[in-house]
Amino acid sequence: MQNNMLPDENGHFGPYGGKFVAETLMGPLEELTEAYTHYLKDPGFLKELDDELHHYVGRPSPLYHARRWSEILGGAQVYLKREDLNHTGAHKINNTVGQALLAKRMGKTRIIAETGAGQHGVAAATVAARLGLECVVYMGSKDIKRQSTNVFRMKLLGATVVPVESGSKTLKDALNEAMRDWVTNIDDTFYIIGTVAGPHPYPVMVRDFQTVIGRETRQQCLEQAGRLPDALVACVGGGSNAIGLFYPFLDDKDVAIYGVEAGGDGLETGRHAAPLNAGKPGVLHGNRTYLMEDENGQIIETHSISAGLDYPGVGPEHSWLKDSGRAMYVAINDDEALQAFHDLTKIEGIMPALESSHALAYASKLAPKMRKDEIIIVNLSGRGDKDIQTVATLGGITL
Amino acid sequence: MSRITDCFKNLQEEKRKGLIPFIVAGDPKPGFTLPLMKALVDGGADLIELGVPFSDPMADGPAIQAGSERALAHGTTLHDVIGMVATFRKDNQQTPVILMGYLNPVEIMGYEDFAKSAAEAGVDGVLIIDMPPEEAGELKEILVKHQIDMIFLIAPTTSVERQKYISETASGFLYYVSLKGVTGSNRLDTNSVEESVRVIKQQSKLPVGVGFGIRDAESAAKVAKVSDAIIVGSPIVELVGEMADDSADSLNKISEYLSALRDAIDVV
Repeated sequence: MQNNMLPDENGHFGPYGGKFVAETLMGPLEELTEAYTHYLKDPGFLKELDDELHHYVGRPSPLYHARRWSEILGGAQVYLKREDLNHTGAHKINNTVGQALLAKRMGKTRIIAETGAGQHGVAAATVAARLGLECVVYMGSKDIKRQSTNVFRMKLLGATVVPVESGSKTLKDALNEAMRDWVTNIDDTFYIIGTVAGPHPYPVMVRDFQTVIGRETRQQCLEQAGRLPDALVACVGGGSNAIGLFYPFLDDKDVAIYGVEAGGDGLETGRHAAPLNAGKPGVLHGNRTYLMEDENGQIIETHSISAGLDYPGVGPEHSWLKDSGRAMYVAINDDEALQAFHDLTKIEGIMPALESSHALAYASKLAPKMRKDEIIIVNLSGRGDKDIQTVATLGGITL
Repeated sequence: MSRITDCFKNLQEEKRKGLIPFIVAGDPKPGFTLPLMKALVDGGADLIELGVPFSDPMADGPAIQAGSERALAHGTTLHDVIGMVATFRKDNQQTPVILMGYLNPVEIMGYEDFAKSAAEAGVDGVLIIDMPPEEAGELKEILVKHQIDMIFLIAPTTSVERQKYISETASGFLYYVSLKGVTGSNRLDTNSVEESVRVIKQQSKLPVGVGFGIRDAESAAKVAKVSDAIIVGSPIVELVGEMADDSADSLNKISEYLSALRDAIDVV
């Protein structure tokens, strides 16, 4: 089956994906699938979405040739897809704009979201403010501590941030709690999932809203370089920025695709967030996918320097792309990502998010092995302002 | 005929309503589960739902989340839970036991291994909360082969068409979730439960148990009046969480709580 024909009507990407939820959510998911399928073909909806992406988000985002960094790396030409320049500073808003417009069309008045690094929470709170919708964001209490700036941003935007104290107190637990809210308030509430995980139709819907990244990139690369890139690199937590970049290139067989997971302290230590590299398939958060789990099927705690990658699962389409061999999934450790953060900041004057720094670090390993006339495109999925506290603390600096 | 079907048949003949308590296996310590199961039977349980603890219980409220965390803190695994049922069966051949939990621990064990060892231990039914019938084809087939009933949920958001579909896939009984929310919610509306159970019974001949919002004798009686059985989880799990030890006194508190519900539903 062609990669771009998936998922099937029940949300399966080969053995992955699906709808593994309690019965109470089956009706609402069906309603969401119908609404989404309908509006995806509705010219009025699509025009409204395009207008918002252009005038509010600031799209198209530039494709930037990082000449100085490429020169220093001494191999392939590295281009950066500048999702960090979007309104709110990351790719997350592409999806929240889409889902919030859909929520409004469906007559929902209340938006809920989960967040890890806070980027998705900020993006959800932003569009909720823009559209006059109530917004509640669930966030693990551990993440609240390490992303206090984003928590304050959400509050300024009028959102209620609910600390989640259960389990590992991170993104996965925030998702559990958001699901519990949704099941309790389904009549008026729209749940904006921030990544290509969750039950069908979320993985395909979020992908569709994020593929604007790859569509623009493809066109920009053809315009600027006169041809398609040789490799794509993106970080993978849940994997929404990655699938957004990858999807429009899946049938371009000569374009190599690399997803970069969070290697944490190193895959060999077990302290990481790399289910595609070191996990096995299982079922969590409504879909079957690769997971970080113990031998009894309990989900285990993950570790990453970046809160946005600190998730034990991954979007089911990535599991499928891994098994089918169309994409390669690699891991970058905390210290390598941190080095890439400093390099890009000093060499190009661009401060990347720690999430995106994982992709940059892998590109810096890949580029020297490639010819100077070859092209790597890295999805610079977010800006690093939110991470300066973390970076300072790691450097022993008190701000 | 399965132990569950037998049990509901007897209840119907005796014109009684079923009482189905839920506890999390291994909560608060693995050694407590067997005496607790016996205490539940002493308190008047007709069937027992034994929760398999999971790290991410998405459909559960705070009480059962806490119960799962206590059980997992002592390393309770699905293998352990099946072992507890096997031990329970040595002295009790009559009370049906249903395992209720999330899919991932079953996936890891493998459907065939799970069904085979559960059947050998004397498990009568399986309810996987995050596995709707659409995804259950293979597991259902294997459970049927091992003569284990697969129980499914019906919710207030389930259309009549889906009720019919679920009824055709399920066996044993149907579990009606009495409210939109997680386990232990306090939003029970008995009038709407009555109407929903009436509609479900038009689609299916299976008995209907109702759970998710029953907290006390009063709500138990109201729901029992309009259904075949009531399922009570969170209040019991809260009591279990307060147990200091597994002495007769501690266990009596659980039996007494259940007896009060028993008395309340026996007069409806």
